[in-house]
Amino acid sequence: MTARNSAGDTDPMAGALFTYALRHGDDALILAQRLSEWASRAPEIEEDIALTNIALDLLGQARALLDYAGTLEGAGRDEDDLAYLRTEREFTNVHLVEQENGDFAHTIARQLFFSTYQLALYEELISSSDELLAGVAAKGVKEAAYHTDHATQWTIRLGDGTDESHRRMQAAVERLWPFTAELFEADDVDRALAEKGVAVDPSTLKLRWALSIAEVLSSATLTAPHSTWTSHGGRRGVHTEGFGYLLAEMQYLHRSYPDAKW
Amino acid sequence: MSDDAAAAREARLQEAFDALIDADERVEPRDWMPDAYRKTLIRQIAQHAHSEIIGMQPEGNWITRAPSLKRKAILMAKVQDEAGHGLYLYGAAETLGVDRDDLLDLLHTGKQKYSSIFNYPTITWADVGAIGWLVDGAAITNQVPLCRCSYGPYARAMIRICKEESFHQRQGFDILLTLSNGTPQQRAMAQDAVNRWWWPSLMMFGPPDADSPNSAQSMAWGIKRFSNDELRQKFVDMTVPQAAVLGLTLPDPDLRLDQESGHYRFGEIDWAEFYEVVKGNGPCNEQRIRHRVRAHEDGAWVRAAAAAYAVKRAERRAAEEVA
Amino acid sequence: MSAGEAGLPLWEVFVRGRRGLAHVHAGSLHASDAQMALRNARDVYTRRGEGVSIWVVPSAQITASTPDEKDPFFDPSADKVYRHPTFYNLPEEVRQM
Repeated sequence: MTARNSAGDTDPMAGALFTYALRHGDDALILAQRLSEWASRAPEIEEDIALTNIALDLLGQARALLDYAGTLEGAGRDEDDLAYLRTEREFTNVHLVEQENGDFAHTIARQLFFSTYQLALYEELISSSDELLAGVAAKGVKEAAYHTDHATQWTIRLGDGTDESHRRMQAAVERLWPFTAELFEADDVDRALAEKGVAVDPSTLKLRWALSIAEVLSSATLTAPHSTWTSHGGRRGVHTEGFGYLLAEMQYLHRSYPDAKW
Repeated sequence: MSDDAAAAREARLQEAFDALIDADERVEPRDWMPDAYRKTLIRQIAQHAHSEIIGMQPEGNWITRAPSLKRKAILMAKVQDEAGHGLYLYGAAETLGVDRDDLLDLLHTGKQKYSSIFNYPTITWADVGAIGWLVDGAAITNQVPLCRCSYGPYARAMIRICKEESFHQRQGFDILLTLSNGTPQQRAMAQDAVNRWWWPSLMMFGPPDADSPNSAQSMAWGIKRFSNDELRQKFVDMTVPQAAVLGLTLPDPDLRLDQESGHYRFGEIDWAEFYEVVKGNGPCNEQRIRHRVRAHEDGAWVRAAAAAYAVKRAERRAAEEVA
Repeated sequence: MSAGEAGLPLWEVFVRGRRGLAHVHAGSLHASDAQMALRNARDVYTRRGEGVSIWVVPSAQITASTPDEKDPFFDPSADKVYRHPTFYNLPEEVRQM
């Protein structure tokens, strides 16, 4: 795409900002999609509401960021065009958020890892020189704090609950650990925008994240995994095999009726 | 207390209860109440709660495929509301001396029911609109009078629910309005959904008054304020003009305005279908329960873990206090 | 799963709205501990952004009274909020409702 600044000139910064807004919007969108699969399936009715609440928060963040990306691009694409008409290689979310829900422990582990990261991200992004990003972060920080607290409490409850829940929670942590490294991988876009005070270099969030996670795992009597591999490529549009199915389900109806309004 | 004295006390309590009902006042959880009143309420409130929970399935069916992010968000909020309504109602039932887990057991084993409307499938996006417009419309018609139910906790739960319900009906109407004013295929989708959901919505009000033996007692107890047929008529009268606004037809060739009474007369409902679905032979009965039971069973280890952890925490706290 | 096994206890929820003066009873819910009860209360009872301050109390911890001792309904032994199964035992036949 060729992003233009307000003077109508091609602007590499606008291009970078578009990419940045899109990737964080995609993270929130895809995780919201996964969480919404829990409706009517949660272990307790109260938890059904809690998970849907988190999904709604993330969807709200996604819409704000995708809408902003579309505006920056200046090609007339709105939030729905971006959500429903891009193909697999054009989505830039991290692999972590597209992982299947699995059992409740897997969903909680995924949430713990992501929300702890997102909280750190938003706390820094509040001071972004970009007004929209700062605004999304200001609202998002409260939401991410809540999501992190929810995931933390459940991680501890499950880790230190019964033998079965401990086993499942440990398995979930180990299964999802390889997807966490990608959260902190910085590229040129991150670095360029961070230099301008617009964005946060994600690699600077890693230590804080690691300390938080270590504390939670310890309280939960869980062992921090040592992974020999990491999964990445999401920011370059290279996703895991399950992602195609997620998109097919999410996009099929919208795509079936081109130019229709809903 | 001797048998005579006990009988006399019971008679006085019954008299006081009857006076309460006649004065249109509220019966509260700690009040004496006839056993039959309590049993009827438990069953009605529980089945209402079950309906909310089961109702999450046909609508939740379209969350992941919603055709716009706005519709997705609205649908998620709606389904979330239904879960919340279920909780309010289970809470009201519990004030009568039952545990939610026991009520869920009764649902899972088919001993308690839920509204038969949810035994129909949502096979297109327009079905989501039809449910919002027709099913929630019917539910509202039913629920507003319940806000004045004689049993306090149920009435208060209903007030809370009614406040949130009008948003649901408006959303369903809005989905259908957009479809009806959309492409020819969207219009056809909307009309098809209405064709399939109209008659089952009318059945939501239950059998004709003549075939409802329990209605009289419920009305005497102030639990039911209007008869099945009265509510059904109210719903039809409200809905027919709305269909005109939508530009959609209702699938009843006998539907016509009776100028004299101002009511819309409608055709014969297929009561055989109604009884079959209530009996368990509808398109989705088996699926709805299986889905619900599976969620419950899959979640057993989670609930067990939460309970176990709470015990551990309490023990640790107690140990700390002693130390 | 029946009551009492891994059944999560019942809590009463009180909410004071943004412009409210006092906490009002909003309803009840199940939770395994106080923290879960608070979180669930926030999710269930403040979904419309209604409440600001939330109190949760285990139902079993509430002692209730009736103001009028001459009230024919007054049963001095019934000092609990309502007739909940943890407060007394339901006979088997009553459970088949």
